[in-house]
Amino acid sequence: MAKTFPIGGVHPSDNKQWSKSSAIETMELPDVVNIPLSQHIGTPATAIVKKGDKVVVGQKIAEATGFMSANIHAPISGTVTAVDLQPNGQGIRQMMITIKREDDVWDEAIDRSETLVTECNLEPKAIVEKIKDAGIVGMGGATFPTHVKLSIPEGKRAEILIINGVECEPYLTSDYRTMLERGEQLIVGTRILMRAIGVTNAVIGVEANKPDAVKHLQAIVGAATDIKVQMLKTQYPQGGEKQLIAAVTGRQVPAPPALPIDVGAVVCNASTAVAVYEAVQKNKPLIERVVTVTGAAVPSPKNLLTRFGTPVEALIAKCGGLAEGDVKVINGGPMMGRALSNIAMPVMKGCSGITIMVGSATVRGVESACIKCAKCVEACPMGLEPYLLSKQARKRAWDAMEANDITSCIECGCCQFTCPANIPLLDYVRLGKQTVMGIIRARNMKK
Amino acid sequence: MANKFFVSPAPHVHGDLSTTRLMGDVVIALLPALMVSVRVFGWNVLAITAVSIACCVLFEFLVQKYLVKGPATVGNLSAVVTGLLLAMNLPANIPLWIVVIGAVVAICIAKMPFGGLGKNIFNPALAARVFLLIAYPVQMTSFPKPTLEGFADAYSGATPLGAAKAGLVDFASFDIAGMFTGAMGGSFGEISALALLLGFVYLLMRRVISWHIPVAVIGTIIAFSAIYGATEGGALVWQMPLFHILSGGALLGAIFMATDYVTSPMTTKGMVIYGIGIGVITMCIRLWGAYPEGMSFAILIMNSTVPLINKYVKPKRFGAVK
Amino acid sequence: MTTLIYTILTLCIIGVVAAVVLYFIAQKFKVEEDPRIDETEKMLPGANCGGCGFPGCRGLATALVESDDISALYCSVGGEECMGKIAQYLGKAAPKKEPQVATVRCGGSCEKRPKTNSYNGSSSCAIASALYAGETGCAYGCLGYGDCVEACAFDAIHINPETGLAEVDADKCTACGACVKACPKGIIELRKRWPKNRAIYVSCVSKDKGAVTMKACKAGCIGCRKCEKVCEFGAITVENNVAFIDSTKCRLCRKCVGECPTGAIRMIGLQPLVKKEEVKEEK
Repeated sequence: MAKTFPIGGVHPSDNKQWSKSSAIETMELPDVVNIPLSQHIGTPATAIVKKGDKVVVGQKIAEATGFMSANIHAPISGTVTAVDLQPNGQGIRQMMITIKREDDVWDEAIDRSETLVTECNLEPKAIVEKIKDAGIVGMGGATFPTHVKLSIPEGKRAEILIINGVECEPYLTSDYRTMLERGEQLIVGTRILMRAIGVTNAVIGVEANKPDAVKHLQAIVGAATDIKVQMLKTQYPQGGEKQLIAAVTGRQVPAPPALPIDVGAVVCNASTAVAVYEAVQKNKPLIERVVTVTGAAVPSPKNLLTRFGTPVEALIAKCGGLAEGDVKVINGGPMMGRALSNIAMPVMKGCSGITIMVGSATVRGVESACIKCAKCVEACPMGLEPYLLSKQARKRAWDAMEANDITSCIECGCCQFTCPANIPLLDYVRLGKQTVMGIIRARNMKK
Repeated sequence: MANKFFVSPAPHVHGDLSTTRLMGDVVIALLPALMVSVRVFGWNVLAITAVSIACCVLFEFLVQKYLVKGPATVGNLSAVVTGLLLAMNLPANIPLWIVVIGAVVAICIAKMPFGGLGKNIFNPALAARVFLLIAYPVQMTSFPKPTLEGFADAYSGATPLGAAKAGLVDFASFDIAGMFTGAMGGSFGEISALALLLGFVYLLMRRVISWHIPVAVIGTIIAFSAIYGATEGGALVWQMPLFHILSGGALLGAIFMATDYVTSPMTTKGMVIYGIGIGVITMCIRLWGAYPEGMSFAILIMNSTVPLINKYVKPKRFGAVK
Repeated sequence: MTTLIYTILTLCIIGVVAAVVLYFIAQKFKVEEDPRIDETEKMLPGANCGGCGFPGCRGLATALVESDDISALYCSVGGEECMGKIAQYLGKAAPKKEPQVATVRCGGSCEKRPKTNSYNGSSSCAIASALYAGETGCAYGCLGYGDCVEACAFDAIHINPETGLAEVDADKCTACGACVKACPKGIIELRKRWPKNRAIYVSCVSKDKGAVTMKACKAGCIGCRKCEKVCEFGAITVENNVAFIDSTKCRLCRKCVGECPTGAIRMIGLQPLVKKEEVKEEK
């Protein structure tokens, strides 16, 4: 039997058929881009260009502020026209650098040839430094700065590197296409990451609904024994970091504040591994990514290699535009993605796909009474009791929620997905989690 | 652009489960048992079932509309399930007016005053059955003799458990095949183990219920009666368990009544505890109590422990330190 | 007959034993408490709203009895009269506080602030505001899902279905501050309560630049500073593109109201100022 994580999980229809067979296309360069200074978890970067400056592709335009932050580079060449507040996808104004495009001039240090460079003799520290310079963050959606992940804390030791090629989120196919079309780079990137954290074996986890990706990667690895391509049972949320570690190694990461490194594992997304290859071997910073644009009513779903800052609406137009009527445009997949109120939102580092829902799929079902069917408890991959937590959140019983391990929640949405009474369980669980985390932070500050 | 943009928190998709579908599946799973009853006891069974369901749905509709003044809830089929289960827990020759009283108790006393579906503590169908059993003991315990020729009104036969209580059962040679297929006295839903097991398989396949409660209940009954059989006569180690799971409401209760979502625990560990409790209490009543059958009482007693079980029995958290 | 006697006897014995046990348990777990706490609690309104910062009226009663200086303790629900009575009972100086009223500082009604999208999540301001800016172009305005309504123990705040905004019923409001805490957008402010519930305040908290605000909402403050200039009492300050009237300095002269180009300064219970008329002194 294929490996999977130990508890919970659901099986949403993956609907990857719409975009899985379209090869990666390059999106046209936008005329104007808005580059948010906060495209990662942690402190926003600090702009190092000002209005009127000329920039070239790959030039650093914002610098990491502190350890938990990431550099940002110009995705197009041209003139900086503003460093100001602009609305993000949720309509909230954030600092962004606006660049007006002039031609497509690249930084000379970047190797733009197609040749595969497999040799890497850099010291681990130098690799991490290069990754940090390139501003690489987790590209699966969580946008955790990769150099932070690779800096193993004192006293801890990494034993295994896991490459996350699961892409358990329904609809999305950007990692899948990347694995198929850029498998060689991915494998080299994996070996670089292994070198960076000093491990001798890596596992690439791929779900069983992508057998061709497994085969392709296995063929590239060939007889080498350092990298194993592991097929996993198709089950959401297999791509959750903790679920993937449990599926591959059988080890369970304890409740927060424990991290994957506490069980000796480091997890990186498949697209991140390719970005690492480009950064270390080709000196190319993170300036573009593959974005899936898909949905039942999208005329021609595509996987688009897109420079950051390109407005989402341009991608949608490229795929045939929005049908009239009720729509919901989601940044990410349908299980964990965020619905957009502003489709002029620029594509960012964590934007793995744009999912478009139309018609009745845009609205939720009518909520009815909880029948205590326990489906949510059964579905929760973290072994929590969503029905109880959501009830407590409605009553603002934050202490009780903390006692019931709310901080373990990964917000995967399994509970709400499965609830036969259409109760918005995660809405309230998430509210409770945010509030409890705030209370805990305040308490720790006092200490 | 003529677009209306919708925004909501994730997740943006929903599974195919709905309360109505789950309840509908329970109804479907009960159909084989109902059909066997019609075959054994005649068309009267359908009349009782129809009255019971109609009354439950009507009472729920009326209470919801005129007393609760809330949105209509009969569409979720839960009243249909209650009505069907109540009917199946009655003898096939019960007067219809008693069925109506049962429906009143189930809906207007056991279910709606607690706040309707999802809030009641006791299984409505069972609460009604126990009420009827105590209020109308004669009508509730005179069962028509099962016959494949149709309904025999005049003849009242004892249930296997009643016979056992009276010391009339020879455990070495009782009619296993008959009890399996429906040739036994009793409430009309409980007579055929085969039909009930068919329903169980359907419920498992559709993932309506998990196996934990039925298996815990039946397993406990088997273990309990095997030990009892061994201490009583040595040779009854396997006959006793077989007799006890096939007779009375053991299977109907374990598969359909104990697994009622609202009145059963939320965690698998809790379900097992709850199931074992039902098994033990059932066997105690059957072997040493005044009533020949104890399934209904056992489930109701364990229903009352469910809030406590939910409070103290937590699921195993991911990453919990062993 | 014997059965009857036995029954009566048994019941009596059970009763006596239970009484004795109860007595000893009550003695063992008895908590010595200042009886004045009970008395003080009785004098408090008993709303248990938490507006004083203590969990319930008993918490405040305990604090009132135990602390020597009670000037920082105040029950806004009971008000001056209630606090005076308690202070007299306890023999302490009565705390003083100006009466206040909750004020919703957003005027972006449905017609003034057009919707750009439809929210389809749980009807809770806290959840919606954690997700995104809101259904309109303004990221600061009232969401209208009624977290404040739910928080109010006095039925004093409601969502007006026509404007989609929260409105305070000043007569019922006790200034307990529950709505202030509940509002994730920080729109509700406790302001000085004038006689007859008169008030002048800026009904906008948008920190967006004027042009952005104007595009999102016709009733928003654009930070033009006209009001700041006209105010004779220094009550108005403009910071982060939004004006603020300090209710402790404002004298309700109404001059600013006429100056505001967007009508963001709202006036309640007062007639508009006729130009060139003498400024009436409010009592």
